[in-house]
Amino acid sequence: MADGPGFVIRPMDQFIVKPLFGGDVVHWYTPTNVTLWMLLSALAVYGLLVYATSGRAIVPTRGQSVAELAYGFIYKMVSDVAGRDAVRFFPYIMTLFMFILFANVLGLIPWAFTPTSHIAVTAVMALAVFLTVTALGFILHGMSFLKLFWISSAPLPLRPVLALIEVISYFVRPVSHSIRLAGAMMAGHAVAKVFAGFAGALGVGAVIPIVAVTALYGLELLVALIQAYVFTILTCVYLKDALHPHH
Amino acid sequence: MEGDIVTMGAYLGAGLACLGMGGAAIGVGHVAGNYLAGALRNPSAAPGQTAFLFIGIAFAEALGIFSFLVALLLMFAV
Repeated sequence: MADGPGFVIRPMDQFIVKPLFGGDVVHWYTPTNVTLWMLLSALAVYGLLVYATSGRAIVPTRGQSVAELAYGFIYKMVSDVAGRDAVRFFPYIMTLFMFILFANVLGLIPWAFTPTSHIAVTAVMALAVFLTVTALGFILHGMSFLKLFWISSAPLPLRPVLALIEVISYFVRPVSHSIRLAGAMMAGHAVAKVFAGFAGALGVGAVIPIVAVTALYGLELLVALIQAYVFTILTCVYLKDALHPHH
Repeated sequence: MEGDIVTMGAYLGAGLACLGMGGAAIGVGHVAGNYLAGALRNPSAAPGQTAFLFIGIAFAEALGIFSFLVALLLMFAV
């Protein structure tokens, strides 16, 4: 939105990477708002999973009960979707889920920053999943991992075309995996900022945008939870494809 | 009015890109409606399929988010 006469709404300024301790240049070692909120998310996960369960009571306390619920939920998801032999990848998938969940939800605090709204963060996670799954497929099955793309239940002339389409859609997986999470987080926060800008411009009638932002906030909380769940369950689906590549 | 044709093209493109979200909305409604129809016919089988419900919703919604991303890119990052 160009500068001009009248009220200017800048919804995308909240996503700028700012160094924490002044200065303009961001090196790879500069603490920025992105790294701060990633650290806070990791600390929150630690607080829930390690500190709250440190009592190890047989009858769990509240925090321990929540940690056990999260553990059981993800364990069940991994073993249902990816099979019993995928349970050795459970720590990785649990890490992904808890980190993304806490990063998304902590970003909903006013004046907080959502690290998963940056493609840089989600692309690294999605690429790590993609490389892990592909390497795993080739290590476990050798060249017959490529049977994943050869649909033997289709008529023979159609198989090369289908194989090409399957290969393309396999390589699009990390792209869609990362953009889904980053786009959902960025979209929610940008829309909230735009509505909040309307409230600044309206004076007395600002009640309407305020109610709209409240309703949008509830929707965003739901989207934060669902996006963390969807990232994790799609990781489990890709893992299942690597472990059992038959059609 | 100020501005040049490039900016006008960017804003028009952003507006057109928002039409893609209508398709995403229909897609998500389709998935959720089919799940609801199946769940009302066979309520005991419904909890086992909630995973597929969420996966289907996420796939359909992702494309709406892609079109929103194109709109945002055209608006703010031309």
